[in-house]
Amino acid sequence: MRLTCPHCGERDLREFTFGGATLTRPEGDWGPDWDAYIHLRENPAGLSREYWTHDMGCAAWLLVERDTVTHDIRAVRPVGEGAP
Amino acid sequence: MRFNALRVLKEGLTGNRGWGPHWRDPEPKPAYDIVIIGGGGHGLATAFYLAKEHGLTNVAVLEKGYLGGGNVGRNTTIVRANYFLPGNSEFYSHSLKLWETLEDDLNYNVMHSQRGLFNLYHSDGQRDAIVRRGNAMINQGDDAFLLDRAALEKKLPFLDYDNGRFPIHGALYHPRGGTARHDAVAWGFARGASDRGVDLIQNCEVTGIDTEGGAVTGVQTTRGAIRARKVAIVTAGRSGQVAALAGLRLPIESHVLQAFVTEGLKPVIDNVITFGMGHFYISQSDKGGLVFGGDLDFYPSYAQRGNLPTVEHVMEAGMTLMPMIGRAKVLRSWGGIMDMTPDGSPIIDRAPVDGLYLDCGWCYGGFKAVPGSGFALAHLLATDRPHDSATGFRLDRFTTGRGLMDEEGKGAQHNLH
Repeated sequence: MRLTCPHCGERDLREFTFGGATLTRPEGDWGPDWDAYIHLRENPAGLSREYWTHDMGCAAWLLVERDTVTHDIRAVRPVGEGAP
Repeated sequence: MRFNALRVLKEGLTGNRGWGPHWRDPEPKPAYDIVIIGGGGHGLATAFYLAKEHGLTNVAVLEKGYLGGGNVGRNTTIVRANYFLPGNSEFYSHSLKLWETLEDDLNYNVMHSQRGLFNLYHSDGQRDAIVRRGNAMINQGDDAFLLDRAALEKKLPFLDYDNGRFPIHGALYHPRGGTARHDAVAWGFARGASDRGVDLIQNCEVTGIDTEGGAVTGVQTTRGAIRARKVAIVTAGRSGQVAALAGLRLPIESHVLQAFVTEGLKPVIDNVITFGMGHFYISQSDKGGLVFGGDLDFYPSYAQRGNLPTVEHVMEAGMTLMPMIGRAKVLRSWGGIMDMTPDGSPIIDRAPVDGLYLDCGWCYGGFKAVPGSGFALAHLLATDRPHDSATGFRLDRFTTGRGLMDEEGKGAQHNLH
């Protein structure tokens, strides 16, 4: 599995760290929405939208579309550009 | 089918043509009292203990593929009870006790070998942590000994004690820890359950979970609909997908954990050894292969294979610990799919749907838990009360924050364990 960083090009997996599923952060105080946000996961077998960071490279946070069954990387975008 | 020495001799002389199947291959009935989804170690153990301990045999185990074809047949086979926290400690202690009588209970040779387990320490801080863990194990009634370097060198002379980065100062020794023949565990539980009347139904994928008024009424499968009063999801690795059939989301992410086996060698590693700094553990199978593994790849995956950076890391850790294994050739590797929970500990509990039960979240520790988990889930299914050994494995501990079992002290959050 290799990721193509939008700033650095295609790089080795060792340079990247998985940062969790992309979730919408709830508003307000603790409640079921916060519990779900922190603990519950869709955990998809197939297309997964997730955060990665290129921490051993440019340190950018990235939005990655990845297939969890085949390890195909479909898209990599900087987080600032919104969901891929 | 039963084995004995005379039969082995006779079959050996007559071309081994007389052996029959270990378990029945029944057609699914239209209804059961209890349906267990998943014919892995935990599901088969649950079926066995339902029949043995509770006399419940109107039970079916539904398996998508073949029995024992998942993680129970592909793991590093380590059996131990060296947990620290209340909740885990009593459960794994109980599970190890079940292991110790398992071969008699099943009348099946699972090759359970209590060859001793060493957790190495490499710093003063790690020694303190290991002393504390050892005391917790002793308080639980299990066995733990602190060995200094001189004592350890007598037992494991082949380690690189003076490694510049990770010198070995000693170990926590757990003599009752060891290994077992993983396939035989699945086969023994399967035969025991089948002989007692449980239907083991293979090539039967559950495609839907039927509910009515918030209660389970049965399951839809690729071999037709099956009604059931109680349904247990015992599909670690795929728990999320099966629970989604009942409209549930679980606090689980599926990660890949790789394991490796070398070519067969003459006996060289007598025990189970875990490296305290590199997350590496190794033992030698009775066939001679060195069986070892390391850490997760640390990204969600269902691919049943990992990537090379983790392979490299595991090999480096092995070479740092015991350079003597450097000439051994790796024969094969496997990536198992692990149900990772936020705190790294499992779940055996009722689901928020009446009649639905969960046994999942075994992280990378499912094998040693097979008898304990089956025993506890069978108790929960039969009595609707958790077994004394498994009262801590609640589903709601993440919501309430009470009773979290975070052995590594990292925090109860995904991707930390």
